Amino acid sequence: MTNKAFKGLSPQEATARVEASLKQRRKKEKRFRLMGLSAVGLALTFLVILFSGILTKGLPGMFQHYVQLDVVLDKARLDPQGDMSDASLFSGDADKIILEASLASIGEEGGRKTKKALRKMVSSGGSQRLIDFVKANPELMGTTQTIKFAVDDDIDSFLRGFIKRETPEKDRRINDFTIEIVDKWQEAGLISYELSDYLFFGSASRDAEMAGIKGALFGSLLTLAICVSIAFPLGVAAAVYLEEIAPKNRWTEIIEININNLAAVPSVVFGIMGLAIFIVTFGMPRSIPLVGGIVLALMTLPTIIISSRAAIRAVPPSIRDAALGIGASKMQTIFHHVIPLAMPGMLTGTIIGMAQALGETAPLLMIGMVAFIVDIPGGFTDPATVLPVQIFMWADFAERMFIQKTSAAIIVLLAFLITMNAAAIMLRKKLERRW
Amino acid sequence: MENSNIKTTGNVFVENPRMTARNVDVYYGDKHAINDVTIDIGEQEVIAFIGPSGCGKSTFLRTLNRMNDTIDICRVEGTIALDGQDIYAPSVDVVPLRARVGMVFQKPNPFPKSIYDNIAYGPRIHGLTKSKSELDDIVESALEKAGLWNEVKDRLDQPGTGLSGGQQQRLCIARAIAVSPEVILMDEPCSALDPIATAKVEELIEELKSQYTIVIVTHSMQQAARVSDRTAYFHLGDLIEVGNTEQIFTNPSHQLTQDYITGRFG
Ligand SMILES: Nc1ncnc2c1ncn2[C@@H]1O[C@H](COP(=O)(O)OP(=O)(O)OP(=O)(O)O)[C@@H](O)[C@H]1O
Ligand SMILES: [Mg+2]
Repeated sequence: MTNKAFKGLSPQEATARVEASLKQRRKKEKRFRLMGLSAVGLALTFLVILFSGILTKGLPGMFQHYVQLDVVLDKARLDPQGDMSDASLFSGDADKIILEASLASIGEEGGRKTKKALRKMVSSGGSQRLIDFVKANPELMGTTQTIKFAVDDDIDSFLRGFIKRETPEKDRRINDFTIEIVDKWQEAGLISYELSDYLFFGSASRDAEMAGIKGALFGSLLTLAICVSIAFPLGVAAAVYLEEIAPKNRWTEIIEININNLAAVPSVVFGIMGLAIFIVTFGMPRSIPLVGGIVLALMTLPTIIISSRAAIRAVPPSIRDAALGIGASKMQTIFHHVIPLAMPGMLTGTIIGMAQALGETAPLLMIGMVAFIVDIPGGFTDPATVLPVQIFMWADFAERMFIQKTSAAIIVLLAFLITMNAAAIMLRKKLERRW
Repeated sequence: MENSNIKTTGNVFVENPRMTARNVDVYYGDKHAINDVTIDIGEQEVIAFIGPSGCGKSTFLRTLNRMNDTIDICRVEGTIALDGQDIYAPSVDVVPLRARVGMVFQKPNPFPKSIYDNIAYGPRIHGLTKSKSELDDIVESALEKAGLWNEVKDRLDQPGTGLSGGQQQRLCIARAIAVSPEVILMDEPCSALDPIATAKVEELIEELKSQYTIVIVTHSMQQAARVSDRTAYFHLGDLIEVGNTEQIFTNPSHQLTQDYITGRFG
């Protein structure tokens, strides 16, 4: 090099070195990209396996077997008092009429043995269904109508092949005689496999074929309604206060640390606290959506506060300056500008919190929402259970059919969650404004 | 004149002051950002604040409408008065003060709302209008004064953030004008703009001068020379020299001013 004062590289040398290092860099980049791609691929594979597993197990749970019977709607026997009141209908002979219809379906007068078998083959919810039918169609009284009744869960399991014909009779839950009747029904084309109306419109039941999630779904909705109406305003207010109004000092720092820690507290702890405070101290009833909602609200508050604060912090300070600069008060600045701009983020946080609350089981077990409740809850203070707890309970039952119902309920829960997340994304897209 | 221990060169006082600052000190925590500044801001004049980066121009500007209140650690001492009234008196509400002393920022910061709503926001919160048509008039005249009306009159309902940078800055000026302030503070209003947009804003300042008192912070000495009547030179928190713009740029009295003007410093 001629110029001694210049200690750096010559442009040619620099170019050569850059070229050399470039190869190295490209290689690194390629390796990194491959790693990322395989990670995403792996995650997707697991997701597909998970979903296909749930779907293949759960979809059959959405269906069940029905048998169609020609029922003689004899007014005198169905409605002995003749006023179509519940009392009259339930004191009628619905059960016997169904038994006669089933006897007719296999063309038999029926001995004791046949009757005994048949009684156990049609779901015990049959009489309720018959009564509902005549209540809905009183003008059909006196005619003969074809009505579909759910078959008992053992018959359903047999039809699905879970109970095998080859199994020795003594090891089987249904005997040879019953199987013969099922065969007759099938030959006559009376058996059908349909979307289960009990699953979606039925409530909790010990009889697997009649068990449904409607009650739990309502319980979940009521609980979530309480949860969101407490947690959202409280969380947003707390976030706004901490971010915009509170002085930054030791106290707010302590509060901040505690809120962050609260987000990591196991949910059972919130359940125990709810039990101790609301039920034991305040004497509120157990198993009600009101208490469940409050407990879940306490649980989701930290999530909402943290995400709302992040959303508020993301509002550019220049917007606050702009508002303050033309004489907006602090409150006007917050309510006219900061909150609307932070709203998409706050809502996203809230919906994620709600999704978390929707899937929560443990704290609700603590406050007794695990009770066996047949009635569909009509209000916030009616005893209720919720979807995940219902799933938890069903998973515990021995009957084969409950396994499918459990999976089906899980699908419903997942669909609920996915809908909520989709709503979150859509809300965000809609409310998001660029600045 | 009033007190003799002023260390600023030149004449800090004017005949008919709109705002007066007396012995103002500003601290950010322990940091002393403005040191004993005394200055008058005259009626219907454009005064430019110049000085090297970090000398406290923005800090002093923001004390004039108490925008510094938003910074927790900021403390202001001394007296600043608007039309003879101490604006830091405990009884003073910052809301009407900021309506009287408006502010335009370095980076255009329109609200993510329509052009119309950007302008209408101030009059709305201050309850300046009684009817929709009155509000329409205010919006139109503010945009007229800001020289933006012809460019946006057909798209008042479109977002203000969709305008070009120069248009956005004029929108912000229109927004400040819409509440009929007496003083407009501008902190480097043209630093994000190209020469053509800058020229437009300067023209605008020229026109606004007849109605408003304008305080402008700028890094461009040409700009200060073009638009201002008086110029104040700040240096490390001190107000070094104040004088007629022509005199400051042609014949500065203080050595530091001289160095800065001639480009030997800053
Ligand atoms: N919020 C703040 N907190 C602490 N110190 C600050 C704050 N704002 C400004 N300062 C300090 O006060 C001094 C003056 O800052 P100021 O922004 O007023 O300077 P300036 O003259 O406007 O500079 P520039 O020309 O770069 O905008 C600087 O030393 C700066 O570091
Ligand atoms: Mg500045």
